[in-house]
Amino acid sequence: MDENGIRTDGRRWDELRPLKIEVGVVRNADGSARIEWGKNKIIAAVYGPKEMHPKHLELADRAFLKCRYHMAPFSVDERKNPAPSRREIEISKVIRESLQPALFLEDYPRTAIQVYVEVLQSDGGSRVAGITASALALADAGINMRDLVVGCAVGKVDGKIVLDLNDTEDKEGSGDLPVAFMPNLNQVTLLQMDGFFTFDEFKQALELAKVGGMKVYKLQREALLRKYFSGGGPETSTTNAELMEEA
Amino acid sequence: MPSKSFVVETIKRNQIIELLSKGKRVDGRGLNEYRKLEIKTHVIEKANGSAMVKLGNTEVLAGVKIDKGIPFPDTPNKGLLIVGAEVLPMAAAYLEAGPPDESAIELARVVDRGVRESEMIDVSALCIKEGKWVYSIFCDVNILNVDGNLFDATSYAVVAALLTAKMPKFVLENDVVKDTGERVPLPVHKIPVSVTIANINNTLVLDPTEEEEAIMDARITLDTEDGGNLCAGQKGEPGSFTPEQILTAAEWSIAKGKEIRQQIKEAAAHA
Repeated sequence: MDENGIRTDGRRWDELRPLKIEVGVVRNADGSARIEWGKNKIIAAVYGPKEMHPKHLELADRAFLKCRYHMAPFSVDERKNPAPSRREIEISKVIRESLQPALFLEDYPRTAIQVYVEVLQSDGGSRVAGITASALALADAGINMRDLVVGCAVGKVDGKIVLDLNDTEDKEGSGDLPVAFMPNLNQVTLLQMDGFFTFDEFKQALELAKVGGMKVYKLQREALLRKYFSGGGPETSTTNAELMEEA
Repeated sequence: MPSKSFVVETIKRNQIIELLSKGKRVDGRGLNEYRKLEIKTHVIEKANGSAMVKLGNTEVLAGVKIDKGIPFPDTPNKGLLIVGAEVLPMAAAYLEAGPPDESAIELARVVDRGVRESEMIDVSALCIKEGKWVYSIFCDVNILNVDGNLFDATSYAVVAALLTAKMPKFVLENDVVKDTGERVPLPVHKIPVSVTIANINNTLVLDPTEEEEAIMDARITLDTEDGGNLCAGQKGEPGSFTPEQILTAAEWSIAKGKEIRQQIKEAAAHA
């Protein structure tokens, strides 16, 4: 950050990167969404409720939620081995657990609902972008939901709490706190943390994640409305500048 | 996919929840009270460092092996520090042998994150020849008996094993790494402490047992370092927390972290 508090990519501390969301992008899927968040390009697709395989794992009283977060080999600077890494397995798990509180799985006993998150290009915050897209894909698939789930990361760069880390800030910064929550129910469904935060910084970061997340939530809603109701919002989503004016 | 199939009877679940609503727990503990924690170090002679941790009936054993290794290309002058965890099939009736499932991977990665992000070990002091040779520290944990809160038990075992580990002193002679035979402690800077809190029906409890974990909605693990700052965290399981509950969890983690850090230090000193 420079002396005026301007970040490497020209943003202020509380600004999001440019964000574009589109619902209904994978023709074969029951629901899907594409998100471009900074340099992140991520597609989420949902299949289901469908038959559960293997059969013996089906649940008598609710649907089995499956989630796969995967990064394309070309999505990062050095080619990534396409086999699922330990990191991807962990992220798949926490994404699944961040979506599950929003779903009425009990409405679909003995079935499976599969969420795929494919990272085509990765910038900082791919898991929260993936969650934001997955929630839309689930809504697009018509799965009964209590609320959407929105993700947003907050971090610490040069000792200051900043919103929505990019790749450089994620690697060079001294802390990263990805958060996902249900905006209307005010429930945090994902939280991970690395780096140093005092209690007050942690509190401030959590609040900032909520403020940032609410901006993302607005775009999420607009994207859904665009697909399902004409005149739901502008075709290309809001830019940072427009977001700041509204704030 | 979750393979865990520990089942709590409905009558037990109702009992746990009813007691919690009165601020009580089945085993008589307070909501923010740990089970008895025992830490024993130097339990495996052939390891460079080791520790056995009992947290209630949860038992884990950590062993540290230190050797020379090849650094990662993006950190050519930093030593390697890798935490692995295996939940042994003997540790509970419902477990089966096999490669680590997502829960075991999450466990190892969360414990690794606590040790790494607290900067417990100064890895930049573990370089032998930049880009070629560094010290590699493998910290492997065997879970011997499961009764909840594996995250904290594993973390304490790893930290205690690292605190008491002695590493071989390597020198470079004509571009060949040689063991001097000398054994020295690791460059330890800080002591991270992991504190795990479960959310059961909107009541927060510290150090959940396996029964409590089986009915919890969500869990959060927060690590603190010596200065009382938070340095790593992970929410898990398919439930949620309110922001206020997360702040309470952070306060508990900071307060309990101090007590447990003291206990880990004593265990490492009284070897």
